[in-house]
Amino acid sequence: MPDTTDLILTPNLDNADDFYATLLAAHEGLSKEESDALHARLLLILANHIGDNKLLEQAIEAARKAG
Amino acid sequence: MNKIFETPLYPYRRAPEQDEERIMRHKVVVVGAGPIGLSAAIDLAQNDIPVLVIDDNDKVSFGSRAICFAKRPLEILDRLGAGDAMVEKGVEWELGRVFFGAREVYRFNLLPEAGHKRPAFINLQQYYFEEFLVRRLRELEAEGRPVEIRGKNKLAAIGAHEDHVTLEIDTPEGPYNIEAEWLIAADGAGSPTRRMMGLDFVGKVFEDNFLIADVIMQADFPTERWFWFDPPFNRGQSALLHKQPDNVWRIDFQLGWDIDREHELKPENIDRRLRAMLGENIRYELEWSSIYTFQCRRMERFRKGRVIFAGDSAHQVSPFGARGANSGLQDTDNLIWKLKLVIEGNAPESLLDSYDFERILAADENILNSTRSTDFITPKSEISRILRDAVLDLSARHEFARPLVNSGRLSVPAVYDGSPLNTADALDGPAISRPGAPCPDAPLGDGFLLDRLGDRFILLTIDAEAPDEIEEDGITVTRLSLSVRDDTTGALKRRYLADEPSAVYLIRPDQHVAARRPSWNENLFRAAIRRATGKE
Repeated sequence: MPDTTDLILTPNLDNADDFYATLLAAHEGLSKEESDALHARLLLILANHIGDNKLLEQAIEAARKAG
Repeated sequence: MNKIFETPLYPYRRAPEQDEERIMRHKVVVVGAGPIGLSAAIDLAQNDIPVLVIDDNDKVSFGSRAICFAKRPLEILDRLGAGDAMVEKGVEWELGRVFFGAREVYRFNLLPEAGHKRPAFINLQQYYFEEFLVRRLRELEAEGRPVEIRGKNKLAAIGAHEDHVTLEIDTPEGPYNIEAEWLIAADGAGSPTRRMMGLDFVGKVFEDNFLIADVIMQADFPTERWFWFDPPFNRGQSALLHKQPDNVWRIDFQLGWDIDREHELKPENIDRRLRAMLGENIRYELEWSSIYTFQCRRMERFRKGRVIFAGDSAHQVSPFGARGANSGLQDTDNLIWKLKLVIEGNAPESLLDSYDFERILAADENILNSTRSTDFITPKSEISRILRDAVLDLSARHEFARPLVNSGRLSVPAVYDGSPLNTADALDGPAISRPGAPCPDAPLGDGFLLDRLGDRFILLTIDAEAPDEIEEDGITVTRLSLSVRDDTTGALKRRYLADEPSAVYLIRPDQHVAARRPSWNENLFRAAIRRATGKE
């Protein structure tokens, strides 16, 4: 876990089910390659929105450790 | 073998019509003595509307089938006089565990909100449920209420007319004919009524099979719901373990699409699966097993003239979320008071169109939720499996991922937003009790609010004045006067007032809110009553 608690790791989505359904729908009809590319673009867009390198480092660390 | 499956509860008896030339016309005929048909019949009988139930069988359904009953249906069963029997026999549970692969990723507690008479959920085999309903129906029959149930009476043909329906019924002693002013088709997913009328049933068939096993065992497992994604004993699939009364455990194994049904149902193959899941040394007795597939679909309209569909005959969902029997009970809860008013001439037939509106809205909500659960449990593509597994991986360490884990969103009642029966909200009150919502329960002295509402129109006043009774075009509305002074837990204020000092609610016989305002206003409430009964 990151040392600071800046990164939100508690539930924070307005409606988790709606979000998940939207995410799945975005992939519908795509090949695996196209889906991977979509994910990469989505990640870069969200990273830009967050804009804070410290937070992004914490997020990368959390993702690395969860697998 | 459990004896309950073998005892005829409503054995065949020769009916008077079988010896008469004249064709008898019944007020209401219900096809199907499952949970939904029986509930409809009890509700009608309690309201003194004559009802005849026919079923091609004469026993409870075989196997546990629907096992999870949610709070709102239990509240409806209280109104039908069967709630106590259900809750006394049922198993209450609040804790769940989620496994991914070989490890437990997290545990959860449903944390039911305090101040409700009924628990969030109970588990109970469908055969008990049906038995309790038949017992209640017999009680009403013994009281002289106009209700009758005929076993081994199979609907063979149906003719739909402007103001009645003709039925040809097969029995062990040959066929006979009757007529019905109204017919409620509660004859299940394969509805013969629907088929004979040639009505549509469109939607999605999921390409998957599930093996259900009910096993009796003296096991140490706690009363919890355990759900496995991709477990070592069922690779690439899912599994569920759930406790029922009498030490019966429900076990669901996802099998995938391309399977050999006969092979999977062989006791030695079920045994192999059970031992891989629960341990080599378990001792158990197999009570029931079955393989099912499922659909998520509904009829375009639930009413066709004098024939009204309720429960699985009208809509089907995946089993995840317990939205089958639970939503069917809410269908009849919605339907019966409307049908009563129409039959008694106190509302226009068009009031029944609101059954379509409100219950189609609920069916769509149930289909949406259960489809999403299915998509999570059975990912449809490589990328959805990757996302699903990422959510599960993250859920072990990070709380945020847990609301994304979807092994079934447990049944909650629909709010009839936008219903033609609602009057626009005129109170700055809590959203949970807005027009269209089912009334939330609240403690009242030694009892509970919902038990005071019953099955008629109520004017609920909280620190507000209003007449004790008003009548509007044949509809009698009785006042229930409450005050926050008696609200020791604060639940009434939280659920009905928020920051408002007073409120007047018009509540329908199915305990849904029709209108609310801060204070009494005769003209506006009379208009709301007319609106709630399909008169404007």
